[in-house]
Amino acid sequence: MIALRRRPRLPAPPEHGAVALAAAALTVERAGRAVVDDVTLDVRHGEVLALVGPNGAGKSTLLAALCGDLRPAAGTIRVASEPLDAFTPRELALRRSMLPQKHTLSFPFTAGDVVRMGRVPWAGTPLEDDDDHAVATALRDADAVPFADRPFTALSGGEQARVALARVLAQRAATVLLDEPTAALDIRHQELVFGVARREAARGHAVVVVVHDLDLAAAYADRVALLAEGRLAACGPSADVLTADRLTEVYRHDIEVLPHPRTGRPLVLPRRGE
Amino acid sequence: MKAKPAAWKPALLIAGLAVALVVMVVVAAALGQVNIPPDQVVGSILHRIGLDVGPLPEAAQGDNALWLVRFPRVALAVVTGASLGCAGSVMQGVFGNPLAEPGVIGVSSGAAVGAAGVIVFGFTFLGNWTVVGAAFVFGLLTTLLVYVVSRSGGRTEVVTLLLTGIAVNAVATAALGLLMFASSNDALRAITSWQLGSLASATWPAVGAVTPCAVVGVAVALTCARRLDVLALGERPARQLGVDVERLRLLCVVVIALLTSAAVAFSGIISFVGLVVPHLVRMAVGPGHRALIPASALGGALILVTGDLVARTSIAYQELPLGVLTSLVGGPFFFWLLRRARSRAGGWG
Repeated sequence: MIALRRRPRLPAPPEHGAVALAAAALTVERAGRAVVDDVTLDVRHGEVLALVGPNGAGKSTLLAALCGDLRPAAGTIRVASEPLDAFTPRELALRRSMLPQKHTLSFPFTAGDVVRMGRVPWAGTPLEDDDDHAVATALRDADAVPFADRPFTALSGGEQARVALARVLAQRAATVLLDEPTAALDIRHQELVFGVARREAARGHAVVVVVHDLDLAAAYADRVALLAEGRLAACGPSADVLTADRLTEVYRHDIEVLPHPRTGRPLVLPRRGE
Repeated sequence: MKAKPAAWKPALLIAGLAVALVVMVVVAAALGQVNIPPDQVVGSILHRIGLDVGPLPEAAQGDNALWLVRFPRVALAVVTGASLGCAGSVMQGVFGNPLAEPGVIGVSSGAAVGAAGVIVFGFTFLGNWTVVGAAFVFGLLTTLLVYVVSRSGGRTEVVTLLLTGIAVNAVATAALGLLMFASSNDALRAITSWQLGSLASATWPAVGAVTPCAVVGVAVALTCARRLDVLALGERPARQLGVDVERLRLLCVVVIALLTSAAVAFSGIISFVGLVVPHLVRMAVGPGHRALIPASALGGALILVTGDLVARTSIAYQELPLGVLTSLVGGPFFFWLLRRARSRAGGWG
C-alpha cells in the first residue's frame, strides 16, 4: 500500500520584498453567492498585511482561499510566484501556515504535542533536526510555556489560542496566515501576538492577519486591506486606508481617527454618545 | 522545557504488553481439559523449531492436543484481538470520536453478513480465503456507508454515529436472520455459535487465512500514525499541515475493513475490545497514535487470549461464548464512556 510519493520540493529562503502570495481577480463563491468578489491583492515577504472589514465582508473566506482550503470560482492564486495548484498539500505546508479561528481537538493531546504537530511537514527533511528548537521557541514566543505539559482540551480559550499560535509559529513557513488571532486574548496577549507578527515580518516572512480591532491594525500593519461586501474597498498604508470617512461608510457607524496625543500615530475610535 | 516528556512511558507499556502477551499465550496453551505444564508447552515449541531443549508434554496425546487444538486457537485469539484493538484505535482516530468501534457502529455485523452468506451458500470461489474475502468486501462497504452517512461538515457527531450504528446493526442482524432462516440445521448451529463470538472453530488454515490481513492492516495503520495525530486538529488544519486528508481517510477505511474482516471471518462478532483497549491505552500513555496503535494491537491480543481462556475453562466441559463475555465487560464500560463524553461535552454536541 505504500505508494511512491514525490519528494517534497523544499522552499527557497524568503527574499525580502518579493511577492509571497498573490491573488488576481479572485472570486470565491459560497452557496452560489460571491462572498469574495474580484479581489486582487498581494503580500510581500517582510510585511504585515491586516485584513479588516465588517462582519460578513469575506475576510475569512478570502483567507481560506489564499490558504488553499477553498477553491476560487474565478481568478488565480500564486504562492512564491507559482500557481497554488502546483504544490502538493505537503509542499504548501512547507511554505504557508494558517491559524484557524476555532480550535478543536478530538483527543486530549498536551499543548506541547499540539505545537509539535506544526513540525509534521518537515518530517524526513534536513530541517527536521530543528524540531525541538522550533517547538521550544514557538512556545516561548506565544507565552505558552507554563501550560505546555497540560492537555490542550483542559486549557482556557485564551490559552488554547496561544498554543494554536505556537503551533503555527513552529511550522516556520515563510507565509503566515492568521485568522483573528487576538479574538480570545486579553490586552497584553493581543499586543504580544502582534509583536510576534512584526518579528515574523522582520525575519522576512509575509504575514496576513484578519483582525477586527482597527486600532491594532493601524498600529502594527504595514498595509491594511479593507474589505466591504466581498470587494476590496481600499488597500495601502494604514494612514491612507483607515480614514474617518471611509470607515464610517464601510462600517455604517460613525468612526473618528485622531492623532495620538503623545506619539501622533492615528487612533481609530468609534464615536460614542456625546 | 523538556523536549519529549516521558518518552520512555510508551516504550515501557509496549514492552510490558509484549511480555505479558507471550506469558499469557504459554499459560493459555497450558490450560484446558488436559493441563500441560508451561515448561512442557515451551519444550514442545522448541522441539518443533528444531531445538532439543526442555521437556516434551507427558500427557497422552499432549503434543497433538497442543498443535491441533490449542495453538491454532491461541493464535487465532492473538490475531483477532490484535485486529480488533488496532481497528478500534484507527477508527477512533479517523472518525475523530473516541466512541467509534467496529462492533458498535456495525462494521463487524456488516462483515459478518458477508462471511455468513459464504458459509450458508457454501461458496468456495477463493478457496481458503473465501470467508475472509467476503467479510472484507462487506466490511468495506459498511465502513464506507457509516462514514459517509455519519459525517457532516467534516465532523462526526456522537449521536449521528451511534444512530447510524443502530441502523446498520439492525439491517445486518436482519440479513443474518434471513441467512439463518434459509440454512440447514448444521449451518444454523455453526452460525449461531459464531454470531455470539467464539474461537472454537480455530484451525491452522483459518489462522493462515486471517493472519496476512491482520499483519498488513496493522503495518499500514502504523504508517498512518503521525498523520492520525494531526487529524485530531480537524480536517482543515490537518490539510494545512500537509496531510492529504482524502487519501488518509481512504487508506484508513481500507485498513479498518481489512482488520475487521480478519477479526470477524472465523471468530464472529466480538464487540467492545476495540473500544475498551484503545481507551485504556490512552489513559496510560496519552493519545499519540505512534504508541496507541501498537499498544492497542498488543492489548487487544492480550485481552482476547485471556478472555478465551476464561471462556473455555471457567465451566468444566462447557464453553461460554467469547463475544458474550466481552460484551458483559465492555457494555458497562461503554455506558460509563457515554456518560463521561456527555458530561465533558456538556450535552450531545
